[in-house]
Amino acid sequence: MSTSATAPGQFGEIGFATKPMSLWRMTLRRFLRHRMAVVGTVTLILIFLYIIIGSLIFSEAYANYNDTSIRLQPPSPEHPFGTDTVGRDILARTIYGGQISLMIGLLAAVVAVTIGTTVGALSGYYGGLLDAVLMRITEAMLSIPTILLLLVMSKFFSGRIPDVHLLGRTFSGSVIVIIVIIGLTSWMYLARIVRSCFLSLKEEEFVLAAHAMGAPHWRVILVHILPNTLAPIIVAATLGVASAILLEAYISFLGMGVRQPTASWGNMLDGAYQYLEQAPWLWIFPGLLIILTVMSINFVGDGLRDALDPRSEKKV
Amino acid sequence: MGRYIIRRVLQAIPLLFIISVVLFVLMQASGDPLATLGGRRPPRSEDRERLRRQLGLDQPVLVQYLYWLIGNDWVLIDVDGDGVGDQYGTRKGVLRGDFGNSLVTRQPAMQVIAERIPNTLLLMITSEIVIIVVSLFIGVYSAIKQYSLFDHIITALAFVTYSMPIFWIALMLMYIFAVNFRAWGLPYLPTVGMYEPAAGKTVAQVAWHMVLPVASISLISIASYSRYIRSNMLEVINSDYIRTARAKGLSERRILFVHALKNAALPLVTIIGMDLPLLLGGAVVTERIFAWPGMGRLFLDHLTRMDYPVLMGLLMLISVAVVVFQLLTDIVYTWLDPRIRYT
Repeated sequence: MSTSATAPGQFGEIGFATKPMSLWRMTLRRFLRHRMAVVGTVTLILIFLYIIIGSLIFSEAYANYNDTSIRLQPPSPEHPFGTDTVGRDILARTIYGGQISLMIGLLAAVVAVTIGTTVGALSGYYGGLLDAVLMRITEAMLSIPTILLLLVMSKFFSGRIPDVHLLGRTFSGSVIVIIVIIGLTSWMYLARIVRSCFLSLKEEEFVLAAHAMGAPHWRVILVHILPNTLAPIIVAATLGVASAILLEAYISFLGMGVRQPTASWGNMLDGAYQYLEQAPWLWIFPGLLIILTVMSINFVGDGLRDALDPRSEKKV
Repeated sequence: MGRYIIRRVLQAIPLLFIISVVLFVLMQASGDPLATLGGRRPPRSEDRERLRRQLGLDQPVLVQYLYWLIGNDWVLIDVDGDGVGDQYGTRKGVLRGDFGNSLVTRQPAMQVIAERIPNTLLLMITSEIVIIVVSLFIGVYSAIKQYSLFDHIITALAFVTYSMPIFWIALMLMYIFAVNFRAWGLPYLPTVGMYEPAAGKTVAQVAWHMVLPVASISLISIASYSRYIRSNMLEVINSDYIRTARAKGLSERRILFVHALKNAALPLVTIIGMDLPLLLGGAVVTERIFAWPGMGRLFLDHLTRMDYPVLMGLLMLISVAVVVFQLLTDIVYTWLDPRIRYT
């Protein structure tokens, strides 16, 4: 990872005709050769365009505007995705719901990666009692099924966090709750991966050299070891976004997630099964968007895993 | 081996202790179980106070945890609120097998849970069998026909299925096999409950009602398991002992299903051991959609009322199951694969 700083001139003198590719360029090339990863990236860009351009066409007020006289209308030119149980336009709601779902996915992954990396790094680097305590906590968290833990935590946090006003919009406090609790319940696998990386890397000679030059612990952790563990962290972060979107959908579906009227792809499905016969458009469109997004992110994650692992070159 | 098992069991004790403390504190701070007591006829506030003292809800969280853990039959409880203890508590505590009484139904929490366990187990074990059988079949077949049309279709389907939320699969299956099949005049599958009240709880009824829930639970796992078996199988098929088996002139079927599959399916034991107890909790969504009277639905129903004795009982039961299954998996693994030895 950290060898990317090789000066170009160095090779030119020994007689290479072309400039050698930098590490990131090589990674990018391996990524682009992964067909499904490219498809995933393109789909993700389209989804982002959908929720950004869409929000320029429909206002959030329109997405939350209910008119019970037109409730449960099937898709029509006026409402391409139909209307929901209180007469809101589902197309507009999938746009704003998508913003919320993707925001939850990204931020929850950031929370999870931060906690996971910190716990893993501290545990692997210092070892001893700290390691024992942190790993017991990790195991304890892993022993409770995620959904149950999420439900208990969402009950705990519900109503404690006020609404947030940001960029001229109001975000329901429940959105922040979801971000925090998904982050708090999905860091464990990453912590284990980072810990094992740290355990093997801290025995390497470059770490010894850093110590010998008098680098403080925080510097050894952050500057010398952490950059070498970036590959698994990036992959875990990407896949974490996908699983966070799914988890949001699960708890919102169970009615413990993002609160109405704020839309999310998950809570648009809440209660939809009561209208299974009359109004399949209630759950088909948000569901398809969830699947498409999660699948694209998973493809990108797979592509990144192969691209970031230099040993995978032959397989591609 | 014996020493290894003992050490693992001893390690599990602090683990379960941490889990129980964290969950208990979270739950105590989550809401007042008495808030919804009595439904539309809430008790008078004096009664509420008395009940709160009787149930020990006026105590600090750690004291409550202590009562939950080791019971309160050794302390005098101040029921009338004059600051002097009047009578001994009645709870024996979790360590003596008493999880307290449900705040909703007043029955012992364990009894409430035990009523639901068979229903959930029925669903889970059936699903697990379906998952293993189907994914072994698909995995092996797509490995021996690598890069065939079948393999490509299965790969694509696996990716799509793996990205689906389980409730969406459930809704889709319900829409096709219950709603549309009825509209088309075909025999349609039931979507709600375990049996028709009119027909009674017969084996045929329950099996018929299980089709859709089992399918919803199984599909995602089949997607990931079959990929796993496929890649293991591909690795094994190219190894030397398979070539030896071929050279000996064994039939292809015998090579695949006896020689290759044995080694390819071995790592599956670990995954199944880890997944099985988690399925207990993962059933929350499925049980809610299909109105299946299992543990997951019990959890949801009692979570809204903060009935913590039942919730704690459920969560501890599942945590113990996770720990036990991890240990069992390790033991079974050493027995299946003699190359691995724990010390």
